[in-house]
Amino acid sequence: MSFPPPGRDFYGRLPFDPMVPPPKPARVREVTGGTRKNRAATEKARKYQREEVVELARRRHLLDVDDLEGEEMEHILETARSFSEVMRRPIKKVPSLRGKTVVNLFYEPSTRTRLSFEVAAKRLSADVLNFTASTSSVEKGESLKDTALTLRAMGVDAVIVRHPAAGAPWLLRRWLDVCVINAGDGMHAHPTQALLDLFTMRERLGGLEGRTIAYVGDILHSRVARSGFKACLAMGMRVIAVAPPTLLPSFVPPGVEVQHDLDEVLPRCDVLYILRIQKERQTEGRFPSLQEYVSLYQLNMERLGKARPGVLVMHPGPMNRGVEIASEVADAPHAAITSQVAAGVAVRMAVLFLLLGSGEGGV
Amino acid sequence: MGFVPKAKVMEEEDIRRVVRRIAHEIVERNKGAADLILLGIRTRGVPLSERIAKAIADIEGVEVPVGRLDITLYRDDLHTLGQPVVKETYLPPDMDGKNVVIVDDVLYTGRSVRAAMDAIIDFGRPATIQLAVLVDRGHRELPIRPDYVGKNLPTSREEKVKVLLKEVDGEDGVLIGYEE
Repeated sequence: MSFPPPGRDFYGRLPFDPMVPPPKPARVREVTGGTRKNRAATEKARKYQREEVVELARRRHLLDVDDLEGEEMEHILETARSFSEVMRRPIKKVPSLRGKTVVNLFYEPSTRTRLSFEVAAKRLSADVLNFTASTSSVEKGESLKDTALTLRAMGVDAVIVRHPAAGAPWLLRRWLDVCVINAGDGMHAHPTQALLDLFTMRERLGGLEGRTIAYVGDILHSRVARSGFKACLAMGMRVIAVAPPTLLPSFVPPGVEVQHDLDEVLPRCDVLYILRIQKERQTEGRFPSLQEYVSLYQLNMERLGKARPGVLVMHPGPMNRGVEIASEVADAPHAAITSQVAAGVAVRMAVLFLLLGSGEGGV
Repeated sequence: MGFVPKAKVMEEEDIRRVVRRIAHEIVERNKGAADLILLGIRTRGVPLSERIAKAIADIEGVEVPVGRLDITLYRDDLHTLGQPVVKETYLPPDMDGKNVVIVDDVLYTGRSVRAAMDAIIDFGRPATIQLAVLVDRGHRELPIRPDYVGKNLPTSREEKVKVLLKEVDGEDGVLIGYEE
């Protein structure tokens, strides 16, 4: 037998190739006991099932939601629910990741994502290193690769990366033999945000299948929407993108309905997901004036009145009160914005635990 | 690998009697059921703890609070597991000063009980922590001793003990066998 196995690298992984999607793990089926006659068949199925479970644990990265099959997403959300219980304990800390080191590698400013990952890692007893580009050797011109190799030499177990360039986490995965978690890359993907949004919706609405979510606002520049589209579609939701044509990307995934008129969409939605209008976009000429955007797309009390009674209002933060969302709406009982923050910690604990807590994580 | 049964060492009737005896012993040791809390370790400790609570209710007429404990997060062998599944833990509020009885199906190395004690101490400071098990099969690796034992079952390390409970497996019984 040759080592490494054909087609695998030294660590048993498939080589990186952006054109080849990662292998989808086979579905884990329920294997029940049987009579003596078909016991052999049952045993064979059990063995097969165990190998699949090992396959799940072997993937040590979370780069985007399409890395995850529906059932893995389900598993993360279920685990997150158990972790949200940990957060209600008097001692909010469990020893599962004792001795593991997690690095927050942040090349972009961020409060809630970085804090959320930090809290999540600390509640699992992992050690957290915070790296902020503005206070590090990056200022002196160190490249991403050299920074990554430095971290590898220090023996970290996981790198949580936020980078202004789309694809940076994929590069890191190629250079590092540790677990890489994407905390937002450029305008591309933000998988943990999508997962925490699913978690929040599921806790507040019950089921997700057949529900309708409208993403409203700057979809063009939003990695939250890009990952959110995929995650919501995978859970069987109907997805509507509502924005002026200048704030829509040239490609939206099949299955996403595109609309320009918010008032028409309102009565059909279970969830209104409001995206931030970034300050720098306001002067870019994407819309004639901020007042016009506000009058057409701001979610205010009047528009909330036209929506379904139990509609859920979500926002990934930070909010521009008075721009994309009116201040009263942000404080209304419909708003799940603080639940999203709480869900973020639980979901990130689940992701870190599932990637680092099992056998393959500590290599 | 799969479980191949060799002999059935306890029947439904035996389990029923043992649960009743343990309930009596718990009440006797703690002089009543006033400050008791039962904590079942997932998976099979949970239905057992509920059965013991029911038996105590029959004996003393007191509803004993029952909690469920998932010890996955406290295990010392996490790195050997494939994909761990974390279930929800529910502990009754305010365990300070109470007598907590951990309930599990099989006592073997003692490592689950160590993990359970760590978890309990994260929730509060009980007056005492006691341990009730349906089967004690020996081979302890930690200095842990049960307070209430359903049946002492001398085994070899190669053997496996499997407890079946109606709530989980559809039938009651204790099997001894081996992994194939």
